Amino acid sequence: MNAAVLAVRNFVSARLVVGGAALAFLILLAITAPWISPHDPLEQDFLLQYVPPYWLAGGNPAFPLGTDNLGRDILSRFIWGARPAMEVMVLGASFSCIFGVSAGLLAGYLGGRTDSIVSRTIDVFMSFPPILLAIVLVALVGPGLGTVIMAVVLIGWTRFARVIRGEVLVLREQDYVTAARLLGYSPGRIVFRELLPNVLPIILALLSLEMGHAIVVEAVLAFIGFSSSEVATWGGIIADGRNYLNQAWWIMAFPMLAILTAVMALSFVADGLRSATDPVVRR
Amino acid sequence: MPIAYLLRRIALAGPTLLGAALFVFVLIRIAPGDPIAMMVTGEATPEDIAKLRAVYGLHHSIPVQFLIFLRDIATGNFGTSISLHQDVLSLVFERLPATLELAVAAMLLSMVCGLTFALVSVYWRGRWPAAVVDAIAAAALAVPEFLWALLLILLFGVAIPWLPISGRIEPENIAEFHTQFYLVESVLTGRFALAGEVLAHLVLPALALALPLTAVIARVLKSSLLQAADQEYVLLARAKGFEPGYVLWHHLLPNALIPAVTISGMHFTLLLGGTVLVELIFSYPGIGNMLYGAAINRDLPLIQGITIVFAVMFIFMNILIDCSYALINPRVRQG
Repeated sequence: MNAAVLAVRNFVSARLVVGGAALAFLILLAITAPWISPHDPLEQDFLLQYVPPYWLAGGNPAFPLGTDNLGRDILSRFIWGARPAMEVMVLGASFSCIFGVSAGLLAGYLGGRTDSIVSRTIDVFMSFPPILLAIVLVALVGPGLGTVIMAVVLIGWTRFARVIRGEVLVLREQDYVTAARLLGYSPGRIVFRELLPNVLPIILALLSLEMGHAIVVEAVLAFIGFSSSEVATWGGIIADGRNYLNQAWWIMAFPMLAILTAVMALSFVADGLRSATDPVVRR
Repeated sequence: MPIAYLLRRIALAGPTLLGAALFVFVLIRIAPGDPIAMMVTGEATPEDIAKLRAVYGLHHSIPVQFLIFLRDIATGNFGTSISLHQDVLSLVFERLPATLELAVAAMLLSMVCGLTFALVSVYWRGRWPAAVVDAIAAAALAVPEFLWALLLILLFGVAIPWLPISGRIEPENIAEFHTQFYLVESVLTGRFALAGEVLAHLVLPALALALPLTAVIARVLKSSLLQAADQEYVLLARAKGFEPGYVLWHHLLPNALIPAVTISGMHFTLLLGGTVLVELIFSYPGIGNMLYGAAINRDLPLIQGITIVFAVMFIFMNILIDCSYALINPRVRQG
């Protein structure tokens, strides 16, 4: 067996494959939404309100998952709802990661006053409940997908910053960092070439967890009507379902399943990444 | 020394509190849109608008406004709600009891469930009851509380409609109460039918809030129980012929409880923060719902007041938790 095969085998685990496959499925759903969704997600038909899923009595095969209070096809709304979810997941988590990791690297490596400013700022952000921050932001800036992404970053960057700062505080005392400093390497080079690669596995695990958080934040904000109102969102479908619970329980069931799948998939990926990159856990 | 530690901890909270105030202030000021323009109708004259600006202190420069803002917070003057036309602080305090009852109920629920889970998991170790509770605990931790709340609504609102899924009490009974602590008041005054009704409304939101913490407590408690099980005094107790259940309850549990209690305390702020979301889903009339209303109406004084009250509670709670932790673990005090 050659080294490459061994490396791949060490890296890939059941959790990583299952989580990755589920995530890939949702991303595929989002990308192909215009071609695979059977109906227009926003098209209303008041003659077709509250049609149950096709396997229930009164179901209509043209609407496999049924219709909602306005007669809109739930399957199509569900498929289109993957778009804002994936958008917020990718952009929200990436920006949180970029801000949080930069702040953590700076605070951990420079220490001193920079560290205390960053640490105080983290404290301040963490003295508000996450959802409160998101709601206040929407109240101030107005609803929309951009605001949702901002809210994700506002909540999420501290998670990266705290962990990375702690890691770097330990790493910068290591001999190879001292050696790099003695060789006269610039702080930028030390941070990006020596420290960053060593915290990369942690960043990847945090990033996949943060993607899960982002999906939940998007769903919550859409649920309370603070996301974009022009597109179908999973949270928005759930809100419709919550309001018409007694007429049609099925409205909220499928987007809930989608969010659950996404969150579980991402936590599987995070676990898989953690054990793949940590030799101690791997054994 | 504990006193010195306490003082240092409080001193550290000062800048955080100031930072939180500054953060809220900046957030509110950079908001697009003129709050005065939202309050007046088209018939308002420029003089009316200027008068309103003066009433809300908006005619001062920004730094002066911040100083006034700080002074107002310190003296408990949070201004008047734009949408509800009442004093912000008294509005918040009117809703706070509902949120506190929810958070405390969730806390107690997660402690009881966490304890039960851990005991079952240790007592029936390796057999099916342990596997079942371990699976529930794993699910409780993995599923976000947003989904738990919705699942509970689907389950108990639709599939088995046993429990109310919105509100805090039937509207016709609101007049029965003199305070906002509905549960505490009805229990203390011996009106148990009423207390039962409040409790029925409380169960689902509290459960949604409690489930993730239940799993955390169960895990911590289980690992410290298993650790304690290797100690010699346990072997001695077993050798004396005590039942395993008796040993678990009387010998293991008292020793394993401290870390679990500490963990619960550390998570209380998370519970308190989680109430915002759970209140929205269950239409529970606490601070979270008030914040939602304030956000919809862009009621800046009310948003500001709620945010500051939450920040103060969080920071205060963290001090309490750190200090209680320091009391238990002497190494922290010196660090």
